[in-house]
Amino acid sequence: MCIPILAMGLMSFWQQTGHMSFDMSGTLQNYVEALTRDMYRVLFLRSLGISGLTTLATVVMAFPLAYFIAFYVKRHKMVWIILVTLPFWTSYLLRVFAWKVILGYNGAVNSGLISLGVIGEPLTFLMYNPTAVVITLTHAWATVAILPIYVSLEKIDRSVLEAATDLGDSPFMRFFRVVLPLALPGILAASVLIFIPTVGDYVTPSLVGGSDGYMIANVIQFQFSRGSNWPSGAAISLTSMTIVAVLVAAFAWSARRLSGRN
Amino acid sequence: MNRNMKLASRILGTYAVIYVAYLYLPVLFLPLFSFNDSIYISFPLRGWTLKWYQVMLANEALHRALMNSLKVGITTALISTVLGILGARAVTRYRLPGQKPVVGVIMLPLVVPEIILAMALLILILRLGGSLGLVSIAAGHILICVPFAMVVLMSRFEGFDRSLEEASHDLGENSWWTFWRVTFPNVLPGIVASLLLTFTISFDEFIMAFFLGSTDPTLPVFMWNQLRFPKLLPGVLALGACILIASVFIVLLAEWFRRRNASDTQTGDMIIG
Repeated sequence: MCIPILAMGLMSFWQQTGHMSFDMSGTLQNYVEALTRDMYRVLFLRSLGISGLTTLATVVMAFPLAYFIAFYVKRHKMVWIILVTLPFWTSYLLRVFAWKVILGYNGAVNSGLISLGVIGEPLTFLMYNPTAVVITLTHAWATVAILPIYVSLEKIDRSVLEAATDLGDSPFMRFFRVVLPLALPGILAASVLIFIPTVGDYVTPSLVGGSDGYMIANVIQFQFSRGSNWPSGAAISLTSMTIVAVLVAAFAWSARRLSGRN
Repeated sequence: MNRNMKLASRILGTYAVIYVAYLYLPVLFLPLFSFNDSIYISFPLRGWTLKWYQVMLANEALHRALMNSLKVGITTALISTVLGILGARAVTRYRLPGQKPVVGVIMLPLVVPEIILAMALLILILRLGGSLGLVSIAAGHILICVPFAMVVLMSRFEGFDRSLEEASHDLGENSWWTFWRVTFPNVLPGIVASLLLTFTISFDEFIMAFFLGSTDPTLPVFMWNQLRFPKLLPGVLALGACILIASVFIVLLAEWFRRRNASDTQTGDMIIG
């Protein structure tokens, strides 16, 4: 597991001189470029923005459902859990492709609205932009958010809730002062599990992103294929891995601090 | 108070139903259009047809891709489950020095974006003079499947009473026979679940198969190549519908195996990892 990453690390200090031939004398040039070129900076920021939004949307949408299953479903909890986990195991490519079918120029939304007479021309703003990427990713990763949040809610001792009520908390206050802090580990786990893979997602931006929705994975792929600058691709990969790791660590640390004070 | 509870329950219940509909509806568009008698994927529907399924069945390249995916999937499932058994056994049974970092490294593929792993493997394989093809795809798949296999198997090994093994030793069995006659039957449901899950992951996996493959594609890469040609789309939809049904079936089977005797909290811990 470590060896491929180390090989990549080594290569990131080389220079490409021709097809599969490298100057191995060691240079920081690739990292300087990865960090300073405007195009890379735009793509880094866009990737982080898209995954940040996706993570937020997914967690916010999943929380009420997890809450419902944990606190209101009495029997058949497992049926609900299987129902919401099942889509996760079906083909990722197909789930993303489904959104292309829905949002596309001749897609389900446009052709449906046209045949109903609501619009005359297809709407072009539906697809090939960052919003389409966020919508698609939010749907594709929904399941991953539900489970950790559900587990952390399910673990909450019900007598703690009764105690809060007995001590005079309204249901509203109780939710914010007891339930939410106790559910924080689950929310944290869900956020990390969604944020990391979506930053590096390749399929979704390629299918529904268009040139405005390209993300860092597209440039990595480009450097390793038509761009044929492998060392630069390696440097960009490792830089994005590091940025993600630092962000996740900072996020986890501040969330812990926050819950510790409560 | 009680009325509030009822109201909240009703609102949340409605939300839950809408949410599940939102999860499933987009995916259901694929089978819907696969029965549509038109080359364009758009409303209004033209009428029912099975011709896209016939087109799909007649496609030779698709058969090859399917066979490739099956080969890679079965190899991946077998090897990563064996590695998972060894890993899970080592972690749950013995306390080894440096165990935590090692497990951390094994679990690393879960938190490194897949494209970076794929590129790192690509560099390694080509620098070592290896060639791309089904073998390199399987190697990549094993790397990402071992953590899943280990987690599934660990919950099984942990739920297993060690005194049974001790009893077997006391009754004169050696380690090999104890494993074979006591441990193995007990963890069998976990092993079957691990085989099915790793197979499903490998079968659906696209990134590794795309970058580590040669011109001989697996099924997801084959589909990806077809997506560029609008003429071929309905055939892809028919194929997609079949794959969806097959994946759902395999996953339900795996769930059923894993849930036998494994309690609910273990399921949750598995997901959190």
